[in-house]
Amino acid sequence: MTGVIASIIDGVLVGAVYGLAAMGLTLIWGVMNVINLTHGAMIVLGMFALYFLASAVGLPPYGAVPVTIVIGFVVGVLVYWIAVHRVVGRAHLMSLLSTFSMNMVLIGLGTALFSTSPYNVPVPLPGVTWEGYTFTGTHIMAAILALLIAGLLYLLLYRTRVGKAIRAVADNREAAELNGIPTTQVLSFAFGLGAALASVSGTLIATLFPFTVLSGGAYELKSFVVTVLGGLGNPAGALMGGVALGLIEGIATPFMPVSWTPIIEFLLFIAVLILFPRGIFAFTRFS
Amino acid sequence: MTINRLILVAAAALLTFSQTAAADDTLTIGFTVSRTGKLNNDSIAQMRGFELWRDELNAKGGVAAGGKQYKVNFVSYDDESANARVQQLYTRIINQDKAQFLFSPYSSGLVATAAIVSEQYGRIMLTTGAAEEKTYKLGNKNLFQVYSSADLYLAGAIQAVKELNPKAEVALVYKDDPFSKAVLQSARKQVTEAGLKTALDEAYSPETTDFGPIINKVISAKADVLLGGGHYPDGATLARQLYDHKAGLKWVTLLVAPDSPNFATLGDAAVGVSVPSQWEPQVSFKPDFGPTAAEFTQRFQAKYGIEPGYHAAGGYAAGLLLQHAIEQAGTLDQVKVADILNKMDVTTMFGRTKFSTNPKEHGLQMGHEMVIAQWQKKDAKPVKEVIWPKTAKTSDILY
Amino acid sequence: MAAHKSFQGATEAAALKSKEYRGVSPIIWHIWRRPFTWLIALVGLAFALLPALGDNVQLRESLLLAAVYITLASNLNIVLGYTGYVNFGNIVFFGLGGYICVYLVSEWLWPLSAAALIAGISVSLLALIFGLGILRLRGAFFALATIGVNEAVKAFVSNFEPWGGATGIYLSLEVYEPLGGPRQALWTVYFLIVAVMTGSLFLSYAIKSSKFGLGLLAIGENEDAAAVLGVHTPLYKALAYSVSAFLPAIVGGLFFFKTGIIEPGGAFDLTRSIETIVMVMLGGLGTVTGAALGAFLYEELRGVLLTTEAFSHFQLVIAGLLLLGIVLFAPGGLMGFIYGRWPRVRRLLA
Repeated sequence: MTGVIASIIDGVLVGAVYGLAAMGLTLIWGVMNVINLTHGAMIVLGMFALYFLASAVGLPPYGAVPVTIVIGFVVGVLVYWIAVHRVVGRAHLMSLLSTFSMNMVLIGLGTALFSTSPYNVPVPLPGVTWEGYTFTGTHIMAAILALLIAGLLYLLLYRTRVGKAIRAVADNREAAELNGIPTTQVLSFAFGLGAALASVSGTLIATLFPFTVLSGGAYELKSFVVTVLGGLGNPAGALMGGVALGLIEGIATPFMPVSWTPIIEFLLFIAVLILFPRGIFAFTRFS
Repeated sequence: MTINRLILVAAAALLTFSQTAAADDTLTIGFTVSRTGKLNNDSIAQMRGFELWRDELNAKGGVAAGGKQYKVNFVSYDDESANARVQQLYTRIINQDKAQFLFSPYSSGLVATAAIVSEQYGRIMLTTGAAEEKTYKLGNKNLFQVYSSADLYLAGAIQAVKELNPKAEVALVYKDDPFSKAVLQSARKQVTEAGLKTALDEAYSPETTDFGPIINKVISAKADVLLGGGHYPDGATLARQLYDHKAGLKWVTLLVAPDSPNFATLGDAAVGVSVPSQWEPQVSFKPDFGPTAAEFTQRFQAKYGIEPGYHAAGGYAAGLLLQHAIEQAGTLDQVKVADILNKMDVTTMFGRTKFSTNPKEHGLQMGHEMVIAQWQKKDAKPVKEVIWPKTAKTSDILY
Repeated sequence: MAAHKSFQGATEAAALKSKEYRGVSPIIWHIWRRPFTWLIALVGLAFALLPALGDNVQLRESLLLAAVYITLASNLNIVLGYTGYVNFGNIVFFGLGGYICVYLVSEWLWPLSAAALIAGISVSLLALIFGLGILRLRGAFFALATIGVNEAVKAFVSNFEPWGGATGIYLSLEVYEPLGGPRQALWTVYFLIVAVMTGSLFLSYAIKSSKFGLGLLAIGENEDAAAVLGVHTPLYKALAYSVSAFLPAIVGGLFFFKTGIIEPGGAFDLTRSIETIVMVMLGGLGTVTGAALGAFLYEELRGVLLTTEAFSHFQLVIAGLLLLGIVLFAPGGLMGFIYGRWPRVRRLLA
């Protein structure tokens, strides 16, 4: 029994990070109706940022977190202007493909520069042991930071003018424009924000496990699942969806071979898409 | 209509352009290396073995066959640790680069893929870095395995554990790929035959980076011993995470990973971890031809600055064996060289080599034996020692 | 009768009057008379003959990949190009067909053609069932769902021991014996693949010229309007999805038979799936020629990039930039450009 509880706690810890990653995806969706397929690349950006900041510059691992937020934001804004700006209003296929092509470019550059070999950032942090099971310090720290950043996002969205502008544009772009809000700038800001969230979650993930240039893909898929669980466009839902996913993984693993978890995740994904298109946590919708 | 046609013709022209043919006095050997991707660590070690052999040979003038001297030329590509690329590249190596002999990629999975291509076109391939037997049981005619096969890998470790603690609970945690699965299939039987209890038996996906859930299961199962792993990245990560999670295991044997000198970077996490090894620098076989193990180690260290692990030794041995076969045959003709390889029963710095000629398992390695090495602390630094079989050991077991 | 007149050119009107149907369905008759059909046949013949005359194995290998991609792209076009539904996970048909065929050949020792055919039929049926479920979703939701289907199938197969789990199935060399040994078998499989490719081109052309195709195009323009006008949208969509699965499954079976090994990562490769979308976009969404041309060009480009050491890592970058360029500046693709410049070509090609 303790094994199951330990597994659940572990799952929830990691789930918080999944939730953070998904928040970026869902924010962009909610504001401009675009599914950001560069999400995976942003996560990888965060991972490599940690690697270089920690090894080359000698920054303590968690010090890289604020730096990554800035880097992610800047890259996100760039991606917006290159790939997204022209296709925002148009058919879904266009934005899906344009963001996807940016993803290919970024991952391709990454592969050319770093190849697909594994990288690792060792973070020595004492863990907490209970009944023979250890919760590594990195897991705990990652979860704490994820919640912290999510909290900061909430403050940004609900207590600042920028946040208000974002919510207004998400609600009705034309009305916001008519009210004097520079919607294009708001859109690019929101996109940068979404990318920053993805990048910083990548940094946190890199403190937990080794990674390669291609690791982003797996976490992007998890982000899709979480986003759908939480309801596209709903950041609070995304966080809860992430924790829920972590919970599901935690409950499932003691009872079945670990490699079956993806099957459950994806079946759940399809089921939720068909049955609850607005997400299971739609009642927490903001705005 | 014309557009399609034109493009077709242009493409055909483009493709036939890039043909390369081997020069007259060179022997072209083709293979792929996982320069990038998850297998890069050990694949590059293997490649270094090949290259050391080639450089030494060419310095002496090349291979002597039928009165002529042939300089050895390698044609190699990066397969990125991916099956699909191995397929495409070996097809290219055979058809376009016209390699006369082939070495294998590294790792049983990629070798199985390459073997299909090499057999489809009927070329001799010396496989090294590949222990899985199934590849040789599919009806091949031209494969020759240098390594000992997978079923022997954990036999020694299991015997050692049985001696140290006949009541041990064993957790089998291994990668879901051809090599590890093959090893564990035999290991499973050997554990039961040794009278030990299997507390956990689970495979993890090759993509796994988070071993937390499985380690928790190991703890829940109250295991004393862990056998398994896969290749370098997952093995190293597993070892590190086992240490972080304080799993409380008394004996850990992981495949492949701990043999690499890079494993030492794990520091304290490496101590106590053992690995079944095809070869260690300390072995003392008396070779029929080629250098002794000590000489090889010295030369390798001089050239690359690190000690060779068994992957490099295997690569070097593959070169030696091919060279010997060609010299004995006196020609580069495939059929005659294959004939010599089939009859071969020699000892090199790698150990005894004899290939099976039974058509049902052609090429399987019959003569070679394995040892177990373990990381122990010497002067506060992790160092690899041979601990099994008792006849070959250089240090005592750490339990 | 009146509906058919809209498909006729001047010469065919005369044929119609002289009652030269000879008992064949009007659709077949009209397509038979069209030069495009002969074009497709010619392409197929070229693919088959060029490497054969001269025993050119390199060319064959290269054209084989091109043929596979043309098959995938033209079938994807049926759903993506005609109805506008983005099937991101289209590779699942290819992979599943491959697995079923390889499994039947290696475990149950079936002959290749039978195995490939059954693979095609089973995957089509599965697609119909799944399609009815997920085709209710619109736009981006549908796209995500197809990714989910691909990943779920990949995860399932990775755990399915009879199909080799994460390791996959390795074919014993004996399977090539019934086909006359490996050398001969590779040629035979190549010709089969070329046949399937030609069939795919015919199929998407036939659909486009038919009433069914008209319905699909209507769904693509405005689904609700089409429904109101009497197009039975759920059925049409599901049929299109199912039909677009058939030939890719067969070609998957043939391809993996030839490769000799199939494993989950390579069979259900999402990147390959997306590259198929790129091919269709590159050539021109909704056009038969476009899908084929786009596939051919992209595959050749990829082949060159892959083996040139300097560029092998830039393959993705270039593909990405290409796609980006198309989406932002030329959404009509190559054929869109060609039709724009030379409108009369439109009567010849499709």
